Amino acid sequence: MTTAPTPVPAPAAVDSNGGAGTPGTAPASEAAPTADRPKGGKRRSGNRAWLGALPLMVFFAIGFGLPAVAIAIGAFTTSSDAPGGGGTFTLSNLTASLQGAYFTALLGSVKLSALTALIGTVIGLPLAQAVATSRFRIVREAVLSGSGVLANFGGVPLAFMFVATLGNAGEVTTGLGLKKYGWSLYTFDGLAIVYLYFLIPLMILTITPALEGLRVQWREAAANNGATTFQYWRYVALPVLLPSLLGGYVLLFGASFAAYATAEAMVGSSIPLISMQIGDALSGNVLVGQGNLALALGLDMIVVAGLVMAVYLPLQRRSAKWLS
Amino acid sequence: MAQLKIPAPLSRLRVGRGLVLLICGVYFAVPMAASLFFSIDDYHGGFTFHAYTELLSAPGFLDSLYLSLELAGATVVVLLLVLVPALLAARLGAPRLRPVVEVMCSLPLVVPVVALTTGIVGVLRWGPDYFANSPFFQTFVAIQNPDFPVVLLIAYVLMALPFAYRALDGGLRGVDVVTLVEAARNCGASYPRAVLSVVLPNLRSALLSASVLTVALVLGEFTTASILGFQPFSVWINTYGKTDGQMSVAVSMISLMVVWIVLLLMSALGSGRRKSARS
Repeated sequence: MTTAPTPVPAPAAVDSNGGAGTPGTAPASEAAPTADRPKGGKRRSGNRAWLGALPLMVFFAIGFGLPAVAIAIGAFTTSSDAPGGGGTFTLSNLTASLQGAYFTALLGSVKLSALTALIGTVIGLPLAQAVATSRFRIVREAVLSGSGVLANFGGVPLAFMFVATLGNAGEVTTGLGLKKYGWSLYTFDGLAIVYLYFLIPLMILTITPALEGLRVQWREAAANNGATTFQYWRYVALPVLLPSLLGGYVLLFGASFAAYATAEAMVGSSIPLISMQIGDALSGNVLVGQGNLALALGLDMIVVAGLVMAVYLPLQRRSAKWLS
Repeated sequence: MAQLKIPAPLSRLRVGRGLVLLICGVYFAVPMAASLFFSIDDYHGGFTFHAYTELLSAPGFLDSLYLSLELAGATVVVLLLVLVPALLAARLGAPRLRPVVEVMCSLPLVVPVVALTTGIVGVLRWGPDYFANSPFFQTFVAIQNPDFPVVLLIAYVLMALPFAYRALDGGLRGVDVVTLVEAARNCGASYPRAVLSVVLPNLRSALLSASVLTVALVLGEFTTASILGFQPFSVWINTYGKTDGQMSVAVSMISLMVVWIVLLLMSALGSGRRKSARS
């Protein structure tokens, strides 16, 4: 009874579930057919299937749920070293995290991310276009695989590489005598240059599929109608690319906003960045009684990152339409 | 067509394109060349490879590398044990599970690692704050054992979840799991047997690429380990780099090579999969 009937309805269920994963089928439409069919056998295998996902759910509850709860509670309560004891509701963590040095750091992070993402987009687009339309296949493949490497290369090694190149004793700094011109890597601008080293490749990787989706026929049609190259870009290519471009920008913003290791290894907390401030606060570098301040800062950061993602996901879906 | 009509701008474009590629090539090549030079410069006009040869005897190098490799291995095992059953269950039995799994695997991407770490620190503080006199307290101590920090393992599995999910989901798309399992079941295999000896071998390359991605992520992860005060490889580089700049740059060059090799491996796996799917 339990083993024999189950295989029979299952293949039918597959087809109605959108061919086991046709891209683009909405989850809602997949769930609908099973809801219409309250058959005993089906129901039971469904329950057993939920059992298979149990480890993931338990892990997720511990690994993600507990920290999330800790942030949600901690950001709004006093810490245990506070004068009045821990655990009472307060908004002071949150207000403190949006004031003074912490607010400067949040602004600094947003500014750095917005600027580097903008430069990355503006440089990455023509570069990706040059690569995508290149006659030489080897150039294209070399640049794309190089981008793959550099976009994934970050953290401490990246910082050290730039210290060796443009730092105070770096090869290029000493070789060109850059110090005379007041050059220092350990500034906002220096950090931006370092970030671009992985952001531009990331942009190339993100935008190249969209550029390859631009049909040659569109360009020819525009040219046949007498459009100049500028007009083609202004009225045809850019509007088509816009969702992908914005999506890429937002992705770069997020990557740069969340970066911690590179800045920590290179400049420490001498440049006001929210991630550095959090690291500092977590190492106990705060006033007595403000132990939960770090959690409030974390909450600020999640809110910004969440907003960024809320912009990114619909854009990604829209640009996917053009690519297919 | 277009070339016949507007030859002049196109040729100008070609020159511009070469220039753009050249400038960017310089920007990306110079730091690599300079770092390489920096790591072998002996400051007397010659070269020395001591930074590379003495690496193995540097204090703490082997210990931290060993810890990182241990963590990477454990992360891969836990990740696959947790993720694969859930993905298969979503495909085989309960389609309503799929959006749930997808959301669970995408959420870690939204939260920056630093913010996640604040949450972890918050949880770890509960130990002394609320559980000091209960047997639970020993758990809090045990997961922070510096010889094998389980808390890092949990954080790493969570961070790798989105990437591994994408790799495995892509792999599952190319395999008709349901038909495979039904065929195996009709031949008399039990569910576990069908999964172990029919489904998993078909997912070999997806499993492998998810594992490679995870190992790369764990070896490079710095934020959580450094804030929580453990010393795997990436944290060691940072600490040690403050004393021997040349050696730390040498390690950075090596890690760039490692990323390169990992990605070459992945693309080789990917093309292998595409080939086998076509035939």
